[in-house]
Amino acid sequence: MADIRVVEGSEAVALAVKACRPHVIAAYPISPQTHIVETLARMVADGDLNAEYVRVESEFSAASVVSGASTAGSRSYTASASQGLLLMTEVLYASAGMRLPFVITGVNRSISAPINIQVDHQDTISLRDSGVIQLYVESAQEAYDMHLAAFKIAEDPSIMLPVMVCMDGWVLTHSYERVEFLDQEAVDRFLPPFKPENYLDTANPKTWGSYAEEDVLMEFKYSIHKAMTEGKSCIRKIMAELTALTGRDYGGLVEAYRTGDAEVVLVAMGSMAGTIKDAVDDMRREGKKVGLIRIRCYRPFPYEDLVAAVRGAKVVAVLDANVSMGSEGAVGLDVKSKLIGRPGVPMVIDFIAGLGGREVNSTAVREIVDRAERLSSSGLPPPEAEWLDLNPAIVP
Amino acid sequence: MPKKPTGKTESLFVSGHRACHGCGLALAVRHILEATGSNVIVVSPTGCLETFSSPYGFSPWRVPWIHHVFENAPAIASGVAAALRAQHRESTRVVAIGGDGATFDIGFGSLSGMLERGDDVLYICADNGAYMNTGGQRSGATPFCAATTTHPAGKTSLGKTERKKDLPEIVAAHGVPYVATASVAYLGDLKQKVKKAMTLHGPRYIQIDTPCPSVWNFPSHLTLEMGRLGVNSGLVPLFEMLDGKISKVKKLRVKVPVIEYLKQQKRFQHLVVKEASRGSLMAVQEQADRNIEKYKLMA
Ligand SMILES: Cc1ncc(C[n+]2csc(CCOP(=O)(O)OP(=O)(O)O)c2C)c(N)n1
Ligand SMILES: [Mg+2]
Repeated sequence: MADIRVVEGSEAVALAVKACRPHVIAAYPISPQTHIVETLARMVADGDLNAEYVRVESEFSAASVVSGASTAGSRSYTASASQGLLLMTEVLYASAGMRLPFVITGVNRSISAPINIQVDHQDTISLRDSGVIQLYVESAQEAYDMHLAAFKIAEDPSIMLPVMVCMDGWVLTHSYERVEFLDQEAVDRFLPPFKPENYLDTANPKTWGSYAEEDVLMEFKYSIHKAMTEGKSCIRKIMAELTALTGRDYGGLVEAYRTGDAEVVLVAMGSMAGTIKDAVDDMRREGKKVGLIRIRCYRPFPYEDLVAAVRGAKVVAVLDANVSMGSEGAVGLDVKSKLIGRPGVPMVIDFIAGLGGREVNSTAVREIVDRAERLSSSGLPPPEAEWLDLNPAIVP
Repeated sequence: MPKKPTGKTESLFVSGHRACHGCGLALAVRHILEATGSNVIVVSPTGCLETFSSPYGFSPWRVPWIHHVFENAPAIASGVAAALRAQHRESTRVVAIGGDGATFDIGFGSLSGMLERGDDVLYICADNGAYMNTGGQRSGATPFCAATTTHPAGKTSLGKTERKKDLPEIVAAHGVPYVATASVAYLGDLKQKVKKAMTLHGPRYIQIDTPCPSVWNFPSHLTLEMGRLGVNSGLVPLFEMLDGKISKVKKLRVKVPVIEYLKQQKRFQHLVVKEASRGSLMAVQEQADRNIEKYKLMA
């Protein structure tokens, strides 16, 4: 009988990590990530999880410890959020470069200053270019499932890159949800023990982390890029296996929700999608042809799926819970760059939405749809990114 | 494929690397590995050692070696040690070899974390007293009055105005089982200390004085001589601490005045030639005398 319980999102993640049998876990507190590593600590303290649990003095060291452990051939895990993820940045670039397949939960939270502990995607988006694969989830159930997939993706010999499962702080980490758990044998079948081809081994000494000059540096970087772009088919295959295993549809790198005949296509990532789906349903009832693309796999960027899903749409409205200061939101830029130059593509309008936990409710979603429709039929070129729900009277 | 025995022990750090002539650090590494033997994994931060030993496609390392970034060698070592524990491969030991900038300054938080957690790592600081890989900038290990590119001597400057950070004491204050200082001028002593450290478990720390002909600016055949003068002047005291207590010191047969050490290195020339620097010269001598007294180097 299936094991179904109502648990906190953080606990669901900890249970997924436990089921993956990591050798080494590095832990450092930061809200709203802390419940995950605390739950893992209790599992270790009670003897339910047999892992080396390293209580580091910073996130910089957390990322470094899992990098060292991974190089030595151990499946490794850590989690962080916000400032902690930024502190890991240098390490994550190097670990992707050295093809170290550990898993990180990136609990999404705003970046200082001003300091704020609420959700947005600025933290993980800042790691977009690092070579770390990024999966964004919508629910605690998906967080559980994606952590199982994350290790398998990371460790696939054709990929060998860190994978970050990005989940919205508080909304997903601290809410209680119904989650269906797999039994251990099923997880073990899905995810066999980590047996890397190369690891730090005195019987077969190798040199890791060499100095490379301009004659080969680009080829190294290209090999990471290639592992990502070509890895999309491998990720799809693993998602299909996960779908078969769980009975939940993880068929694509994006989730296309009622986009078939949609004239207005919204694009978003993370838990915001739940609200958007409700709003889409409401608008559909009123006869509006609206749909949503939720990007699950953001790096590598699934532009093929995206292009297919917006075919026939009049306008695409992207909700970006991040901003590249002086430009636009990251997802909007990606979507535009992949559509531009193709025949008959829709106008893309970027909305900066939900920074620092600002609510994006169904009224706001309707407003976005209205504005997008009006702008696309105005005959004017697409505007600069619009800041949703901004109060000009209090801008400092 | 295992190599055929040649009758002669193969070095674990072979020739062909790209260190400068007379590099004290390269010499130290070869002898460290002679003392550890081959059942070790070595972790190094960014620095001269990483640069001269790892041009892609070549490697003098005959033990598994990993470089990651500049400030995380202790945490990488912690991770490797944790993995070895998890895999029941603890007979393989973890040794980190890092420069003074990596150890005293930018990686200090990471080092302190590793020491405090009690991780089974032998951390060796190859101390050449500045950021050599980037051309000789001041570090927390740069000695008092030394001229560096970021704190040069000049019309109104006599070089570094602060004393060298006392890292062995700071490490010892973490409650670790073994702390020692060594010098490439005394390779037998150095190897004995590494061997001793390898018999113990938990975090252990050895700081090795590794003169740098390129940046200290002395003729490259005088590396060992410079090391000897440093030790015998009292500026580089050699000792061992077991569980935080001094257990052994290297006594000086004759005390060499610091000027004999300073005058052979360009980084101290301003102390030698400038009348105005007499006071500083005396302060350096006092520092040596304090070391001699503190560690009972002459008794
Ligand atoms: C975060 C970061 N800051 C600065 C550097 C530049 N850098 C590389 S090696 C180095 C100096 C290393 O000095 P030290 O640790 O004393 O080793 P040495 O080269 O002297 O042996 C510096 C400053 C870097 N690689 N990474
Ligand atoms: Mg140095």
